[in-house]
Amino acid sequence: MNDDHAISVSQLTKRFGSFTAVDAITFNVKRGEIFGFLGANGAGKTTAMRMLCGLSFPTSGQATIAGFDLYRDAEKIKKNIGYMSQKFSLYEDLTIRENIRFYGGIYGLTDKQIKSKTDFMVDHLHLENQVDNLVKSLPLGWKQKLSFSVAMLHHPKIVFLDEPTGGVDPVTRREFWTMIYEAAHEGTTVFVTTHYMDEAEYCDRVSIMVDGRVDALDTPLELKRKFNAPSMEEVFIQLARKAKRSDN
Amino acid sequence: MKQFLFFVQKEFYHLLRDRRTLFILFGMPLMQILIFGFALTNEVKNTRIAILDNSRDEATAGIIHQLEASRYFDIVKNIRGYGELEPAFREGKVKLAVVFPPRFQYTLLHENSASVQLIADATDPNVANTLANYATAIIMDYQKSMKGQQDFPYTINTEMRMLYNPQLKGSYNFVPGVMAMVLMLVCAMMTSISIVREKEMGTMEIILVSPIMPIRVVIAKMVPYFLLSGVNIASILLLSVFVLDVPIQGNLVLLVSECLLFTVTVLALGLLISSVTDSQQVAMLISLMGLFLPTIMLSGFMFPVENMPIPLQIVSNIVPAKWFYYIVKNIMIKGLGFGYVWKETLVLTGMTVFFMLVSIKKFKIRLE
Repeated sequence: MNDDHAISVSQLTKRFGSFTAVDAITFNVKRGEIFGFLGANGAGKTTAMRMLCGLSFPTSGQATIAGFDLYRDAEKIKKNIGYMSQKFSLYEDLTIRENIRFYGGIYGLTDKQIKSKTDFMVDHLHLENQVDNLVKSLPLGWKQKLSFSVAMLHHPKIVFLDEPTGGVDPVTRREFWTMIYEAAHEGTTVFVTTHYMDEAEYCDRVSIMVDGRVDALDTPLELKRKFNAPSMEEVFIQLARKAKRSDN
Repeated sequence: MKQFLFFVQKEFYHLLRDRRTLFILFGMPLMQILIFGFALTNEVKNTRIAILDNSRDEATAGIIHQLEASRYFDIVKNIRGYGELEPAFREGKVKLAVVFPPRFQYTLLHENSASVQLIADATDPNVANTLANYATAIIMDYQKSMKGQQDFPYTINTEMRMLYNPQLKGSYNFVPGVMAMVLMLVCAMMTSISIVREKEMGTMEIILVSPIMPIRVVIAKMVPYFLLSGVNIASILLLSVFVLDVPIQGNLVLLVSECLLFTVTVLALGLLISSVTDSQQVAMLISLMGLFLPTIMLSGFMFPVENMPIPLQIVSNIVPAKWFYYIVKNIMIKGLGFGYVWKETLVLTGMTVFFMLVSIKKFKIRLE
């Protein structure tokens, strides 16, 4: 196995009955990279990502996450990854401080670490006045930024972000991407799915899934050149049009 | 371990912040005990009765006095003739009339037997029956006391004994029933809802991605409801002893242990429900239809199991509350020891282990 690879996937497949949601995908994600995982709805992105996070069991194929085998070292993988799902995932009836404490707690952080993390996040996200308010009183953009910070709480080697900016305004999206860059800069590998093609341009490398397969994988610049397209959006549309299966 | 404590703490936040639910969970047992204890009793109390005394002698006066003295009856009308009887019933003024024939005492003393007519409003046959029985018992009492004074060579003994509940208190048998109902609701429904809510909200995914072990998640979810049930058991027992005067005849430690065993049974049921559904509404429906209704209908608490048709009697065996009801009734009211309930306890333990195993297995499958 290559030490430079944070994620290494080979022939990973997931079948539900006769339906092949993920069809023998193979790719590598380099350490510290921002890896865009694109695809139309129903292309199999979320299923693939759920397998990598240990939420779903692969039908066949191999994968190594943060240096650990997906089958044998599932518990070690869990300690080394962070995950932010499509759904908002903080507890609305807990305060910001309690949410941080809870997630810090289940990742095994000490009280002292939790306290310093809380202070850092409050300072970083300018939450001084809100830290003891219930999360439900926060606007969506802040909730998403908070979710991301919580997913990064235990300094994971890899963070999986499943459409983190859905429904968020452009300003907050930009701020969110600043946070992603900061995380990558500190050495965390970022694995992100998105439907926003401008965000695809921010990624170091992008893969595009069509009908359960990875049909293209390269830097945004190279992809545009290969497909002779002016933008990532054009690349995406060219590829997605080939899809045979519909949304469901 | 620390992970686990963080989780339990979080569960308590959820529970304590939801004031309305908390109020219901604590208030419900109190309400139910008080409603069943004071309002919904089958017991006859201060029933209005009429007396038609055609004899007016010492014996009738004695019986009337005893009827009046009992707390079951209130004499509201002294009627002078049969003609007044029916209007009194029709207007609903009285539920029972006691009619003495002329020369009552004379007949009794000379012929050694006399009859009293009891006329009851049988629109509610059960109540009518009970009233007639009570009145008969009081008259028999009087007869006995009369016979005691004079030395009759032979006496006819009609003994009526009310086993375990000599004063015929209605409150006795519903206490175990309410206990089963409350535990069902608190443990099964609330646990299943609290787990399913995490699935619905999407937080379950985050928890499953984290290194915490699923079994710890499950146990942490149960802890607050287990404690809450403990408080509820205590408050129900205290209320029944001190407010309803229903004593605990048997061993308190045994009683509490059986209650805790049943708590675990229903917690396991709640977990089982949460593993078969992804929505809070469905979880609630299953708890209500699948657990709560059978608890009320088939546990023997509302309707005696012996009176059910055979197929329902068989079905009632798979209702955990039936066994719990039987155990608690026997310990609390009859004062029996473990030797009399060990079989039922064994059944309940078996059910608990079965539900636990199935639900934990199911819960694990979901993660992978």
